[in-house]
Amino acid sequence: MLIYTLKRLGVALLVAFAVSMITFTLLRFSGDPAAAMAGEAATEEDISYIRKHYGFDRPLPEQYAKWLGNALQGDFGNSIYLKVPVAGVIAEKAPVTMKLGAFALTFALVLAIPLGVLAAIRPNSIFDRVALTIAVVGQALPSFFFALIMIIFFGVTMRWLPISGSASWKNFIMPSIALGYYATPAIMRLTRAGMLDVLASDYIRTARAKGLRPGVVLFKHALRNAIIPVVSLSAVQLGFMLGGSIVIETIFSLNGLGNLAWLSIQRSDFEMMQAIVLSVATFYILLTFLADLLNAFLDPRIRVG
Amino acid sequence: MSKLLDVKNLTLDLPLSAGVLHAVRGISFSAERGETLCIVGESGCGKSLTSLAIMNLLPKITERRADHMIFEGQELQGLNENQMSDIRGNKMGMIFQEPMTSLNPAYTVGDQLMEMLLRHRNVSRSEARERAIYLLEKVGITAAASRLSQYPHQLSGGLRQRVMIAMTLMCDPPLIIADEPTTALDVTIQAQILLLLAELQREFNVGVILITHDLGVVARVADRVAVMYAGEFVEEGTADEIFNNPTHPYTQGLLDCIPIPGKTKRGEHLGAIPGIVPSLIGDIQGCSFRERCPYASDACAGHGIELASVKEGGDDAAGTHLYRCVLSADQCRENLKKTGAA
Amino acid sequence: MSEIAKTTTVPTAEEILAPSPMQLLLGRTIGHAGITIGGTILLIMLFMALFAPLIAPFDPYDQELSRRLIPPVWHDKGTWTHVLGTDGFGRDYLSRIIYGSQISLMIGFLAMLISGIIGTVMGVAAGYFGGRVDMIIMFFITTRLAMPVILVALAIVALIGSSLEIVILVLGFLIWDRFAVVMRSATQQVRSMDYVTAAQALGCSTMRIIMGEIMPNIVNALIVVATLEVAHAVLLEAALSFLGLGVQPPQPSWGLMISEGKGYMLFKPWVIGIPGTAIFLLVLAINLLGDGIRDVTAPENRN
Repeated sequence: MLIYTLKRLGVALLVAFAVSMITFTLLRFSGDPAAAMAGEAATEEDISYIRKHYGFDRPLPEQYAKWLGNALQGDFGNSIYLKVPVAGVIAEKAPVTMKLGAFALTFALVLAIPLGVLAAIRPNSIFDRVALTIAVVGQALPSFFFALIMIIFFGVTMRWLPISGSASWKNFIMPSIALGYYATPAIMRLTRAGMLDVLASDYIRTARAKGLRPGVVLFKHALRNAIIPVVSLSAVQLGFMLGGSIVIETIFSLNGLGNLAWLSIQRSDFEMMQAIVLSVATFYILLTFLADLLNAFLDPRIRVG
Repeated sequence: MSKLLDVKNLTLDLPLSAGVLHAVRGISFSAERGETLCIVGESGCGKSLTSLAIMNLLPKITERRADHMIFEGQELQGLNENQMSDIRGNKMGMIFQEPMTSLNPAYTVGDQLMEMLLRHRNVSRSEARERAIYLLEKVGITAAASRLSQYPHQLSGGLRQRVMIAMTLMCDPPLIIADEPTTALDVTIQAQILLLLAELQREFNVGVILITHDLGVVARVADRVAVMYAGEFVEEGTADEIFNNPTHPYTQGLLDCIPIPGKTKRGEHLGAIPGIVPSLIGDIQGCSFRERCPYASDACAGHGIELASVKEGGDDAAGTHLYRCVLSADQCRENLKKTGAA
Repeated sequence: MSEIAKTTTVPTAEEILAPSPMQLLLGRTIGHAGITIGGTILLIMLFMALFAPLIAPFDPYDQELSRRLIPPVWHDKGTWTHVLGTDGFGRDYLSRIIYGSQISLMIGFLAMLISGIIGTVMGVAAGYFGGRVDMIIMFFITTRLAMPVILVALAIVALIGSSLEIVILVLGFLIWDRFAVVMRSATQQVRSMDYVTAAQALGCSTMRIIMGEIMPNIVNALIVVATLEVAHAVLLEAALSFLGLGVQPPQPSWGLMISEGKGYMLFKPWVIGIPGTAIFLLVLAINLLGDGIRDVTAPENRN
């Protein structure tokens, strides 16, 4: 088990390196950090000076090496725009996004899993059709459109929910739904498919032959096995949500990483962009890593090697 | 003497898009403590469904009907799921064919054994644990205590089947139904498992209904035999009666297929039954074996051929040996002598 | 290091491709209905896109401030002149929707094409050659999955400058992951077939084997993923344009129309409702079609 964990950790680190390298390269190629730093009113001389001073004229690998060296010591550079260390700003904004992601995933799971289970135990019934409709609609509706509709209806017409800021947990309701519903169809399909498979399996027949009560058979035996792939999928979906939160955060004026990313993009704040992408990627890698561990915990068969 | 299980005229119908599949067409059988009834037949004859029918573990679309299905004096038909679940595992145990997939991979062996007892009896976890260890040892598993914390995938097929047997005995049920328990195992392990079942039957005085397609298994363990074909019993009797005096052409054909050490000569042709099992969808007229029977005649296409008694040596007092054919028992015996299968 | 390949968190091809039992059970009715409905809507959209100049009543760029924000015809203040009303600049909405279909379809299709080529090449290579090649490509896939697509796309577009062409390129070079995963798995399955071994024994060149034996047998999977990715690209472009970093004004991208209409949405909800519904219908149609194709070509359905 330990070797398995270490191997996964090694791979995770490599992926993180690769992401940082690719992002660095892409950003440097796409724009001119010196010009961005100098600002609008800068002259050619100003820009050249900045370029030399900050080493933007050095070869790309050298620049990356320098960045990496600093990063490994915890120094992710200073925000070009805000003039403060990037790491600090990210640490400040990250919790909001993580909260949003967690709520969104919770919403998705609370909706998807029961529907998936119901659809599996009553195939072709009304539950199944409802589930199918939700899946089909959920995958076709753009999240920002859904968010705006919810704002019009719940925020303004009904006045039930606040539509901006991150003051209380109520502020997170609509954003979480807007962000989370897109993951619901995939999770529900997987739950349903998994449950149908498992319910047809031999060991469920054994469980029933043992005289175990239907609820025990369904949850202790069936769902326990069917849920395993859902764990991985949920981790992946959460990772996607963290990356895709930019749209929702700007609509609802939530002060998280997504919003920060938006502002940084507009300000051509390279250092910040680099760090945000790396942060989100790191979260994703961590999540999938944790999911793998959780998988091994849930499925004894995986623990070998 | 009331029987442990008494089933009369069981039918199982499955409504399919192509028509109604009459999987089981009116069979009657019973089980007693300390006795083994073997239901033997080829794939598709309906024997597995029969075993599931007793516990009502059939696919949802199945329609089950019987004149009566009485277990320990109680009629099984009409019991709801909750009532059935009280009986399953508790009074009736079942062993399935595929040990590799019959255990839940996510829980330990101990967990799955103990939950059985904890469900049906008011015992503590440590008592359940003790019983689990006791039974694991009884089925011949060494280091029983450490096995409890192992997962199914860590055990071999033979071991898993032993665990399944131990699990069936946890609540000390009077009846055990075994659906091809050794088919998926190596031949050497097969012998061990069968021996084990026989020993346990003696020790715990359980009644066993064993479903199989393997006549070798039948020869080893059966007290009584029912030969099943296309949803019906074509012959039934004690093991002695069936093996010494196979009456129905199908039974004779089956026995003819088996090489018997000592009797079958080198270079001799082994028998084979030509043709395939007929479709059981829609109405079925006459004997379902007639397409493949060497002695078929027009009479075979007639209606409702009933089970009749084979009179052994002129006096079939016990009336245990029955067969379903238009030919007389004597004629069948003649046919047998001709083929020299006995 | 083969752990990368065994990682449980890279979605398997089965997860992406497998006709979910939902499809199979409700399959006969919904599957056929899906292809019919999806196909019809898609054909209508294609028709709109191809014949836009002929069927659009107005010039989509034609501003006329005197007729700003006229509601659609089903409102009491609506007229039949502007069936779907007008936007904040007085431009006819129906015309903008019709021309907008060109943008969505073009981006969806071209981005799918680019990502399809990249992903298929990678997937087939990984599946066919296995070993080191597979390991390296799986590493690339895992890395790509770790990167937040929207953020990276936004960043690049913001720095380079955005336009229709750039959006297509950026999306195309980012969304190839599902193609790679599915094609890899499909190739692996086909690769182990006897007819491939036979071709190798005959001394066929690798290229010949890939094009002649492998590709024809994975085309079904390819089509299914391709339809999914068109929908994916359409949604991504809508999001990018909504944020102002996709297609630029005054082009009638549906996502952009929603963004432009945001200011009026509280009292004139159709301004965002209509383009939003258009996106929804297009994506719905594509998904239904893809699901239907998947349902029909699933191995279980082959008799």
